[in-house]
Amino acid sequence: MNSATQLNRLAVLDHSRLARSQEGSSRKGHISVRNVQVEFGSDAGRRVAVQDANLEIRPGEFVCLLGPSGCGKSTLLNAVAGFVEPCAGELRVDGQRVKGPGPERGMVFQQHSLFPWKTVKENVAFGPLMAGVGKFEADQVGRTFLGLVGLSAYEDAFPETLSGGMQQRVGIARALANYPSVLLMDEPFGALDAQTRIMMQENLLDIWREFHNTVLFVTHDIDEAVFLSDRIVVMSASPGRIIADIPVRLPRPRSQDLLTEPAFIALKRECLALIRQETLHAFEQQNATH
Amino acid sequence: MSVKPSPVFKPVEAPSVPVHEVPPVAVLPVANAPRRKVPPRVRRYLVRSLALLVALLLWQLASSTGFELFVKFENVPTPVAVWQALLVELSSGEFYLHILHSLQRIGIAFALAAVLGVSLGIAMGRSPLAEDIILPYIELLRPIPAVAWIPLAILMMPSEESSIIFITFLGALFPVVLNTCQGVEQSSKLLVRAARSLGASRTAILWHVVIPGAMPSIVTGLAVGMGVAWFSLLAGEIISGQYGIGYFTWASYTLIEYPKIIIGMLAIGGLGTLCTLLVRLACSPLLRWQKRGGH
Ligand SMILES: Nc1ncnc2c1ncn2[C@@H]1O[C@H](COP(=O)(O)OP(=O)(O)O)[C@@H](O)[C@H]1O
Ligand SMILES: [Mg+2]
Repeated sequence: MNSATQLNRLAVLDHSRLARSQEGSSRKGHISVRNVQVEFGSDAGRRVAVQDANLEIRPGEFVCLLGPSGCGKSTLLNAVAGFVEPCAGELRVDGQRVKGPGPERGMVFQQHSLFPWKTVKENVAFGPLMAGVGKFEADQVGRTFLGLVGLSAYEDAFPETLSGGMQQRVGIARALANYPSVLLMDEPFGALDAQTRIMMQENLLDIWREFHNTVLFVTHDIDEAVFLSDRIVVMSASPGRIIADIPVRLPRPRSQDLLTEPAFIALKRECLALIRQETLHAFEQQNATH
Repeated sequence: MSVKPSPVFKPVEAPSVPVHEVPPVAVLPVANAPRRKVPPRVRRYLVRSLALLVALLLWQLASSTGFELFVKFENVPTPVAVWQALLVELSSGEFYLHILHSLQRIGIAFALAAVLGVSLGIAMGRSPLAEDIILPYIELLRPIPAVAWIPLAILMMPSEESSIIFITFLGALFPVVLNTCQGVEQSSKLLVRAARSLGASRTAILWHVVIPGAMPSIVTGLAVGMGVAWFSLLAGEIISGQYGIGYFTWASYTLIEYPKIIIGMLAIGGLGTLCTLLVRLACSPLLRWQKRGGH
């Protein structure tokens, strides 16, 4: 790594440190979900995607939203992102009501979300450019964040020439380039092969350790949830609702080796049992009310 | 708090370019190739050229013998006669004047159609109200062939020249509008969401996401529009009193200069193809990202 990128990296870190110290004890990235209900369709075709969700996420917390496909994880995440409007309840980020998407809530999608007509660098520089910093400075920020994800050599490549894992790294860099207080991730590694996925998980934790922003991470993979998070919020299907909230007290920094350690396996077993119990409980309740 | 500047992701090296390139063509062992073979690509082009040559020979034969069986070749000039006439035309300034007039009409009409067509297409793709207002006109007017417009164009337009340009413009307009509209409507919801979450305004989304995404469709629309513009120009130039390659072709017929008909036809085909190619070439920098994609 040459000295220029070294400097750039230091600049990024300084910036994130500065942002943290300026806010002092009241760090940013507090998410508050209160009695949130999301429904799709109208009248006869009406269906509840998220039912009465309640969730508090502290600044800097890494929370995984875990649940089977179609249970409403993306819908809840999209509500926090501001893409979907709840029909009841209240959604706040740092006390502000969520009214639409905003750059303080960075979004990373599962795949194919880079602008194919922009180079990798231009993709990452897009957020700063939209914030009005000017083309030259936006490019600088773009380069810096590409360096952070180890893709400086590809800055002038078009996204479609990159592998899936590399594209996701660019996606992460692009979301981070806005210095968001909240990072929303919707199964970002779901389309990657197992080896790449594990590497990406480790890398994400390394990045998060430096930025330490709030992360809300959607997954249906229990290993991924346990490996990454401070807390696992479990959702269940039809109607989608939160059924469990499991703290994950595994030491950090975590690496791939953790996956085979007894503490990890024990916690995973605990989670599975709890999910099973809660699911059964939820079924019983549902049957009783019907 | 101390933050180590450790590399978070291991940098990925760009693929290095080898200094000595491997020869692109595999060298066949001599034993397997007793005779020197013509590469398949070259052979296919040879066959294609031969097929054309056969047609030319048959044409020459039919015309020189005055072949007649339902189709009459009696008045069709021979390829040799066409060739001789072409040489004469190429050395006369008049021929170039015809081409110049046609090119000028195409240029004006196409530029107008491109600007108006792309704007209308974007408006229709973005706003259902705009689409509901504009689409009925397009669906109503599009099936009317250029020739059918001639009488009305003459009545409506102030001059002969503007009538021809109007007819040419109409021909180019519809493909541009429809393709642009389709491209804009198909813009990716996911990419629009991504842009919104990065702080893009509506205008920025139009500029950075919707229009670039529609660009392949827009370019196709422009290329098709250019083809139809030539088609319509030829119809329009029937009414031209003096110049234009279409006029040249029609006049040759009335003046019984039959070899010149063929020259006119070939010039129209060649110029049309050339202009379409130019449109694609001019737009190719906008689609650079597509070619480099793995597909
Ligand atoms: N835009 C939409 N319109 C109608 N129904 C939707 C829409 N988005 C999601 N749904 C429905 O809401 C439910 C939850 O979907 P989703 O949040 O995508 O689940 P998950 O991300 O957990 O797989 C599904 O039944 C899905 O069909
Ligand atoms: Mg989902």
